[in-house]
Amino acid sequence: MSEIVLDKVTKRFGKVTAVDSVSFRAQAGKFVVLLGPSGCGKSTLLRLIAGLEDVSDGRILIDGADVSRLSPEKRRVSMVFQSYALFPHLTTEENIVFGLKVRRVPEEERRRRLAHVAAQVGLAELLDRKPQQLSGGQRQRVALARAIIAENRICLMDEPLSNLDAQLRHGMRVEIRGLQQRLGMTVVYVTHDQVEAMSMADRVVLIRDGRIEQEGSPEELYARPATTFAARFIGTPAMNLVALSDSPSGAVVRGSADALFEGRGEGFVLGVRPEHVRLADSGGVAATVTSSEYHGADTIVTVKVGDETLLVRAPGQLSLAAGEPVRLAWDAASQHLFDAATGVRVAGDRQPGRLAAAAD
Amino acid sequence: MRNVYGWLLLTPAAILLVGFTHYPAFATLFDSFFSTGTVVRPTRFVGLANYAALGDDPIFWQVLRNNLYFAAATIPTSIAIALLMAIWVNDRLPARALVRMSYFTPTILPMVAVANLWLFFYTPQIGLLDKFTALFGVASHNWLGDPSTVMGCLALMTVWKEAGFFMIFYLAALQSLSPELEEAAKVEGASRWYYFRRVTFPLLMPTTLFVLVNATINSFKLVDHLFILTKGGPDNASNLLLYYIYQVAFSFFDTAYASALTVVLLALLAGLAIVQFQLVEKRVHYR
Repeated sequence: MSEIVLDKVTKRFGKVTAVDSVSFRAQAGKFVVLLGPSGCGKSTLLRLIAGLEDVSDGRILIDGADVSRLSPEKRRVSMVFQSYALFPHLTTEENIVFGLKVRRVPEEERRRRLAHVAAQVGLAELLDRKPQQLSGGQRQRVALARAIIAENRICLMDEPLSNLDAQLRHGMRVEIRGLQQRLGMTVVYVTHDQVEAMSMADRVVLIRDGRIEQEGSPEELYARPATTFAARFIGTPAMNLVALSDSPSGAVVRGSADALFEGRGEGFVLGVRPEHVRLADSGGVAATVTSSEYHGADTIVTVKVGDETLLVRAPGQLSLAAGEPVRLAWDAASQHLFDAATGVRVAGDRQPGRLAAAAD
Repeated sequence: MRNVYGWLLLTPAAILLVGFTHYPAFATLFDSFFSTGTVVRPTRFVGLANYAALGDDPIFWQVLRNNLYFAAATIPTSIAIALLMAIWVNDRLPARALVRMSYFTPTILPMVAVANLWLFFYTPQIGLLDKFTALFGVASHNWLGDPSTVMGCLALMTVWKEAGFFMIFYLAALQSLSPELEEAAKVEGASRWYYFRRVTFPLLMPTTLFVLVNATINSFKLVDHLFILTKGGPDNASNLLLYYIYQVAFSFFDTAYASALTVVLLALLAGLAIVQFQLVEKRVHYR
């Protein structure tokens, strides 16, 4: 067991509240991602769990025991830092066993664990190198090895992949996730990259301005964003959010004539993901192409509907000239309605059921 | 011809260097093989006679001993204190800028001013030191007039003056260390002392080498205070090599002997620097 529970944790720096009454539970053996834009307090939250900062209010529990006032080493957590924090004058081997030496683990056991961990992260050949002789990806592995050799049940990671190039990042994502599942660690992972969150997490905690915006599985965040902020943060390209207004035949996109559904539109924001919008031959909503961007597997088409701009993700290559008229359609199930003033998702029974504008 | 432009750019600096550094250095070496000329006895080549005279000069040996004592007393102490102060003012503490500034202040004072200041401290009966010891009923002591205490007094003053200067280098080096290193060590359970011993100190080695070389050179070249405080006395008890060279050259006007002394001093410093670089470089970590 190695469950982490945060109970109304608050951190203030002077007059600034970096973390504001955050509560969540990271179940044992789960991969929990703290996701949010830079400066939202997610790294502070991680440092609070590690014990590198003291909580101003609230409690942090690990396996039911209150650790809020304990020093970092008593919490028995490992940490991977964004900069890796490798000791530049020590070799790979010395870096990895640093903590074991601090805790006076006998030489023989150190060797055994080192050999095991080095093989797991693929560093066996590089043990006598210094950090500056290693590539970014290799340094990342050393930092990982140092974190897992302690055999702590909890590992905290602070944007560990942000210094790697895109290709390496993909490989390391798979590796970190695999390692976590093999070792059964509880991982709390901080990132601003929603792709990392979606692909690795068991649970995502979306944070904005020191508060939890939404918490759930990656699927839940994608399928039912609780706010426009969550809707905009998850998915590439981000969800289309367009202002609605009233018309005699029902709600319409502002400046457009094609009714989307019955009832009022004013005061609501409609959300629909680019990948859920289809280009239809007839029916649907009339739009005008502004530009199109070829991405290989698909094409991102920017269109104008009334006063609003939408992105459409269409499979394959399309040859659409700017100014060309098209018609858009989407399923009722893939549209989301938010309150324009608060950005909060409108309750389920008030979500539009029938889509007047659907093509088929 | 293509390089003319480059040579022209180098010329002003080269003239100054050759005229005021390289030529005097070689002239000194050259002069040390000749006798000091007078009106009646002109300068003549004497070979190593000036160096032989060094060996027989008891004052030279005493001055050399004094200088080694002075170096041994000031170098490790000022480096250790500089490192301590740097670590202390690198931490978050109230009025940090003020503390840093006050540690650095002795550095910006001219050595002559410092010597005058400390003269007040060391003066018998009315000096600060004597006033203080008098509180405990200790009899007045002529700190600078006693051969057994004078070197200690000079060393103490020099440490006070130098430590703040070296602190700045350590402080700069400490600030270039990522705070995440300390946090990583903290998460692993390393104590502050363990972290200092295994991480901070090894990472500061390049700075330590730099400071060590500077401190060594300073301990041989810094003699301004002798002019104010003791003039090398009593009975050469506080005389240092460079001050002795000054006396020989400009009080006794034995320029040839002074040249030989200068060559010895330069050889000594060069030798020390080479040894330091070779010894320490093996244990220095360069990024």
